Amino acid sequence: MYTGSITVADTPLLRYVLSRADDALVLGHRLSEWCGHAPVLEEDMALSNMALDLIGQARALYTYAAEVEGAGRDEDAYAYLRDVTSYANLLLVEQPNGDFAQTIVRQLLFSAFIDPYWRALMTSSDPTLAAIAAKAEKESAYHLRHASEWTVRLGDGTPESHERAQQALDTLWPFTGELFTVPAGDRGLIDAGVAVDPETLRAPWRATVARVVERATLTLPADGWMQRGGREGRHSEHLGHLLSDLQYLQRAFPGATW
Amino acid sequence: MYAQSLNQQVEGTTAPEDAEAAARFQARVDAEERIEPNDWMPAAYRRTLVRQISQHAHSEIVGMLPEGNWITRAPSLRRKAALIAKVQDECGHGMYLYAAAETLGVTREQLVDELLAGKAKYSSIFNYPTLTWADIGAIGWLVDGAAIMNQIPLCRCSFGPYSRAMIRVCKEESFHQRQGYEIMLTLARGTAAQKVMAQDALNRWWWPCLMMFGPPDAQSQHSDASTRWKIKRFSNDALRQKFVDATVPQAHFLGLTLPDPALRFNEATSHWEFGEIDWTEFKQVLAGNGPCNRDRMAARRAAHTSGDWVREAAQAYAAKERARSAAAAGAA
Ligand SMILES: [Fe+2]
Ligand SMILES: [Fe+2]
Repeated sequence: MYTGSITVADTPLLRYVLSRADDALVLGHRLSEWCGHAPVLEEDMALSNMALDLIGQARALYTYAAEVEGAGRDEDAYAYLRDVTSYANLLLVEQPNGDFAQTIVRQLLFSAFIDPYWRALMTSSDPTLAAIAAKAEKESAYHLRHASEWTVRLGDGTPESHERAQQALDTLWPFTGELFTVPAGDRGLIDAGVAVDPETLRAPWRATVARVVERATLTLPADGWMQRGGREGRHSEHLGHLLSDLQYLQRAFPGATW
Repeated sequence: MYAQSLNQQVEGTTAPEDAEAAARFQARVDAEERIEPNDWMPAAYRRTLVRQISQHAHSEIVGMLPEGNWITRAPSLRRKAALIAKVQDECGHGMYLYAAAETLGVTREQLVDELLAGKAKYSSIFNYPTLTWADIGAIGWLVDGAAIMNQIPLCRCSFGPYSRAMIRVCKEESFHQRQGYEIMLTLARGTAAQKVMAQDALNRWWWPCLMMFGPPDAQSQHSDASTRWKIKRFSNDALRQKFVDATVPQAHFLGLTLPDPALRFNEATSHWEFGEIDWTEFKQVLAGNGPCNRDRMAARRAAHTSGDWVREAAQAYAAKERARSAAAAGAA
């Protein structure tokens, strides 16, 4: 019976799995907000597909978290009954959809990171994570291709689309530093070959983004101050509103089965 | 991005028709042959199909909105994924149907422009609001259920592309219907509050769903020619009765009450007889005065208008790419 917010055990593996699940759920939720409102029907389809992939990844990870915690919880307990400060997703993925350019650039910046991340995690010493990564990598490869193609189209389209794409890149750039942070608890997991060291992906990530940005005739922003805090539960104000929507029914009718 | 038209414009087909061709056409229809886009067809047949298929396409697209309203608030991750997939299916239905209409010589852009200008109709059921999660169950069960009743006969429609689109669509609609019923069943067997929610949704959606079959046969404008052309195979009233007969026992199984005191089973005919439908409400919703007509159109217009620059960018980029590959070919 769910009554209020849950308190989750604080172990490194559980924190790690939940943070990856939160990234996938929050970004999937954001993409699903487009459904019915996209610029062309083809994009209603594509953005919904990506939302479904990400929510599927989140479900696999939350289910694994439940197994790791062993407290008899299910995927929905983690998604629906943790408050903002317990969510550990990156600030980048909770940023609002904005215009289509902002959604696409957010997807590019995240997918260019997460695709090689999943690829590296496929050799994790944790077989469940390795299996989740193998499935997720196929999906993120498509997300990266889709976001890259659209970034190029927008950047090299009309003066207006170029301007909007550049604006999106400049707005979101300060959230990219956090992709490479290693929370204290992750170090041991990285050393044990369970988790991937994101620092090893910095150069390939930058190369991928730079290549797309160049083809899109856009300018890579300078690395100024980088925002961080998502992994420690220090979020932007946007996440609370997202969770108010996401968690509304579970909170309004505690303990009900849907 | 949008398919090109294969045929002449609808307005262009005003030439006096060849009586012999018309007779041959009717003979093919009578023999249950499928008419294909480049076959000769009467201008009125083409017009009827463009109107019907495009209205159907618009309904699928506008129909994404009431259910999309609950995607971000779905009560479990499993339900959220299923709802996104369902709304995405409806988008796919809209796309196949626009493509079927395009084989008759119109373009998706033209049809969408007519919708956004308020000149084209879509199913009036989508002008009702989704107020609670139970509405998502009720829509799947009743709205998709009614759509199936209407669409199964269209799988044998004389026009090939429409009949093929319907075969594909019907498979997905019956999946939606089962999924919606399963949501209702979960609520009906849930807490007292959930059961109240389910009953309230049924109360609000029942009558509008009966109206989905259109006006009573005595008042229907298009049926005669459509029946002769084997576009329409059953009358509005016959389909409505079929729906009521199939649905009443399902409601009883849920332990819910249909909001119709006149509902009774006639042993002699084996049909469920139902009360008077409020056709004034139907006409008002059709005339634009339903609870959500303005919101639905505003949402579609906003999606279209705020996407203008995206579509322009895609076209500009495609044009640049064509120019670049032409220049590269010229240089080679
Ligand atoms: Fe549909
Ligand atoms: Fe459907």
